[in-house]
Amino acid sequence: MSRTTVAVDASLPDWEDLVTTALLGTDRRTPAGVAPGPRAPSALLDAVAVATVRRRAGLRPARAAERPPPAPEDPRPPLPPAAARRLAMLLADRPGTSGGGRRGTAPDLMELLPQWLAAANARDFAPPPAVLPALLDAARGRTDLRPAALRFAGPRALWLARLNPDWRFALRSAPGGGTAVPGLHDTDGTRRLWEEGLFAERVALLAALRSREPAAARRLLDSTWATERAEDRLMFLDSLRTGLSPDDESFLERALADRSRNVRATAAELLSALPGSALAGRMAVRAGACVAVDHTRDVPTIAVEAPHECDAGMERDGVVAKAPAGRGERSWWLGQLVEAAPLGGWSRRLGGRTPQEIVALPVADDWQGELHAAWCRAAVRQRDAAWSRALLGNPSAPEAGGPGAVSLAERARLLGTLDAAERAEWVAGFIDTHGLSEAFQLLGVCAVPWAAPVGRAVVDALDIARDAGSYPWSFSGVMGLAERCLDPSEAGRLDALLAIPDEPENASPGAGGYWSEAFQRLVTTLRLRAAMLAELSPPAP
Amino acid sequence: MTQQGVRWTAEQVLALAPDAASRKAGSKLGAAGPWSEAGSSGEGTVWGLCGGSGSTPYRTAVDLTEASGPAYTCGCPGRGGPCEHALGLLLLWAGGEDAVPRAEAPEWAERWIAGRRTAAEEEGAGDAAGSPPAPADPEAVRRRAERRAERVTAGAVELEQRLADLLRGGLASAEQSGYGLWEETAARMVDAQAQGLATRVRELGALPDTGPGRPVRLLEECALLHLLARGWLRRERLPQGLAATVRSRIGLSAPAEGPPVRDRWLVLAQYDTADSRLTTRRIWLYGTGSGRTALLLSYGAAGRAPELALPVGLVLDAEVSAYPGAAQVRVALGDRFAPPAPTAVRPPGSTTGRAAARYGEALRDDPWLDSVPVTLERVIPARAGDGWQLADADEDAALPLTPAACARPGLWRLVALSGGAPVRVFGECGHQGFTPLAAWPRGPGEAVALC
Repeated sequence: MSRTTVAVDASLPDWEDLVTTALLGTDRRTPAGVAPGPRAPSALLDAVAVATVRRRAGLRPARAAERPPPAPEDPRPPLPPAAARRLAMLLADRPGTSGGGRRGTAPDLMELLPQWLAAANARDFAPPPAVLPALLDAARGRTDLRPAALRFAGPRALWLARLNPDWRFALRSAPGGGTAVPGLHDTDGTRRLWEEGLFAERVALLAALRSREPAAARRLLDSTWATERAEDRLMFLDSLRTGLSPDDESFLERALADRSRNVRATAAELLSALPGSALAGRMAVRAGACVAVDHTRDVPTIAVEAPHECDAGMERDGVVAKAPAGRGERSWWLGQLVEAAPLGGWSRRLGGRTPQEIVALPVADDWQGELHAAWCRAAVRQRDAAWSRALLGNPSAPEAGGPGAVSLAERARLLGTLDAAERAEWVAGFIDTHGLSEAFQLLGVCAVPWAAPVGRAVVDALDIARDAGSYPWSFSGVMGLAERCLDPSEAGRLDALLAIPDEPENASPGAGGYWSEAFQRLVTTLRLRAAMLAELSPPAP
Repeated sequence: MTQQGVRWTAEQVLALAPDAASRKAGSKLGAAGPWSEAGSSGEGTVWGLCGGSGSTPYRTAVDLTEASGPAYTCGCPGRGGPCEHALGLLLLWAGGEDAVPRAEAPEWAERWIAGRRTAAEEEGAGDAAGSPPAPADPEAVRRRAERRAERVTAGAVELEQRLADLLRGGLASAEQSGYGLWEETAARMVDAQAQGLATRVRELGALPDTGPGRPVRLLEECALLHLLARGWLRRERLPQGLAATVRSRIGLSAPAEGPPVRDRWLVLAQYDTADSRLTTRRIWLYGTGSGRTALLLSYGAAGRAPELALPVGLVLDAEVSAYPGAAQVRVALGDRFAPPAPTAVRPPGSTTGRAAARYGEALRDDPWLDSVPVTLERVIPARAGDGWQLADADEDAALPLTPAACARPGLWRLVALSGGAPVRVFGECGHQGFTPLAAWPRGPGEAVALC
């Protein structure tokens, strides 16, 4: 508050004079109007008291500073009250506050936040403004939450983030720092933003346009392609992954001649994902020359003759000539050729066999690992379900659980090309045969909530693990995943598992109690998730 | 509950927690998992069985009908205040009908309630019929009061002497002796049974160490301390109201003997401040009928939450009595007639200019007053230099926030709520600036706690 401006009464001692005297002491200095002597300190305090109260009583408001611009309107409907309360509760549960390692029976609320945010975003609700600071703080602490948290937080959160340096990340993460992307039909606006916008704004614009109208986005990029900087070209090219189609081929072919090696490599990768492209055809010829069926043996066998050199044509088509340390050049080149060749061509090349039959063929001279790994990469890149199925093999096959030719990470990626139901069946079959210890990564690619077969397989496997007498924390990863991913409607089936079982002879001491606790937390969390989702779906009026 | 279907919010429930640990533990239990057979009666009793890893579940019940605040019972070994099970149960109940449906109370809960009712009736009857507290010998009371007054007088004289010595040598040199000087003086004031003086002296030692404002603040507070000591020594010559203010500021607590005022009191804000000895809880009430703003104080030992907890945002039908003193806002809570209920009423607000003037006027009756409660209407939080202010939407005037308020997370809730548009804010307005405690959105909506 500004100090008062009322006219100073001449009979009152000067304030500065009083302060100076008090600092120095009345032994050294006497204020005006106060007699020196033993009464001087008391008289000084009298005068100061009067001045202090006088000043406080005369306080006036200060001048108003520049007021912040109003926050943009959030057009989304507000959260239902119960959901708003739930959100406040989820946000209040900070990790690490409970202390101690044991998790007890209570759910990890913070772990449910991602799911809550996804559900709220799917229904397109707006948050209560007062919760935005807590939401931004949560997103600040956990980068994995940011995209969903910021989308839910909406325009007012970006407005708020401009006022607090702690929340700068929100401006960086938001597409275009919160600038709105022009509407679909606003061609002038689009053109202007593309030509004058900041890099982040342009990336956001291109991505938005590409998802709505792929050809228009490519034309926009093409219009300024020659003048863009190399690192920008790479980022822009990357946005063509969305909605990639044969129409993009001629543009990508030109990009194969780009000055920047990274741009060339990305263009080649994109072209190889288009099986009908000229590049894919050239790669098919090259790869086909290396792989053939050898009928001279007792059983038909695949013979591999890796390339002897990496010529200029191969390099132009994105093959990296220099092998990483520790890898042979020839196998390195072979891998790149097979990876980029269309999978559809192999059947003709290898005697009209189906993918299953091809994968089942023996491979001569230890080339199997290299060849199958390259086919895996090709199946993922070309999103070829038939080949993925063949490479994944039977989930209950004994080698599926072991360190076979195809690693768990590759399997997870291959599963990504199958539809959700087939993926679930495969993972369920895998768990039934091999148990949970290897399943964590595979469960991660299953759609949430888990389809019935996966849920059943996981619960059965946990039950078996309990009966085997091990401690539940050997399975804490899968347990945590189950809490977040199991379909809430499965909660009822778990009731039987809540009791503390009689301990089998070879059980670890006390394991039964811990299992009961772990299952209790699982059931509690499932119920909570069901309640959460119900709160976000209010009955239609 | 008499108010059908009024469930508390989670925040209101959590405000009952005696400390952070039980708050945490309670939130963990506020989900359906461990609970079975939970239910609530229409009259405001909530019960449930809480199964932990143990064999027998705890029987937990809460009675919310009691006007003096919720009562708890639980089979757990915890004692005193609501345990985590009671908090968890209330949180569950706050969650809605699904988790805690309306039901008939089980026999064990019914028995507990009945026991409580009987005890309450007997107590009531005892009060009415039994002998009133032994009439103290008026002569003895007078002598005790005189002795105490003498000790306070001796303390005030000593304080005056110490202040005079201080000013004679100068504050600049006294500063070098540091915090110990004030601690020792405060201890002398405690000996003199002048708690109010002791507290003010201790606060002098705790003034921010640095900054250009420190010598001035120190001098101002010394002068007000001097004013208070002088006021006590000459209390016979003061007007009656001011004399009562001096007494209460010195620390001679008088009972709240103002006439009981019944109103529907909106709970505006509740917040705790703590020093090494004591936790002080302040609860601001707004009388929706009388338009009066009143303050409830409640104390707890250091680290423990004070006992009284009221749900912010709800209204209480209750009686309060004022403490003596001119312009005294402090009251004591008397009878409560109904459990807390929601309301759409908001206190009317004024401009920043009017708020500053109100503080000035209040100083007439109590020059030691640090702030007054006010509600500001149509203000916008805006950055001003390193700090923040609440700017009038329609005038070129603003109240700066106190530095402490600028550092609290509540500031950002206020800014978010406003979004650059005018809001209504309740808070304390004083010589240090404005401390926002609660705010209301532009449209309909509940109050947002900022403290």
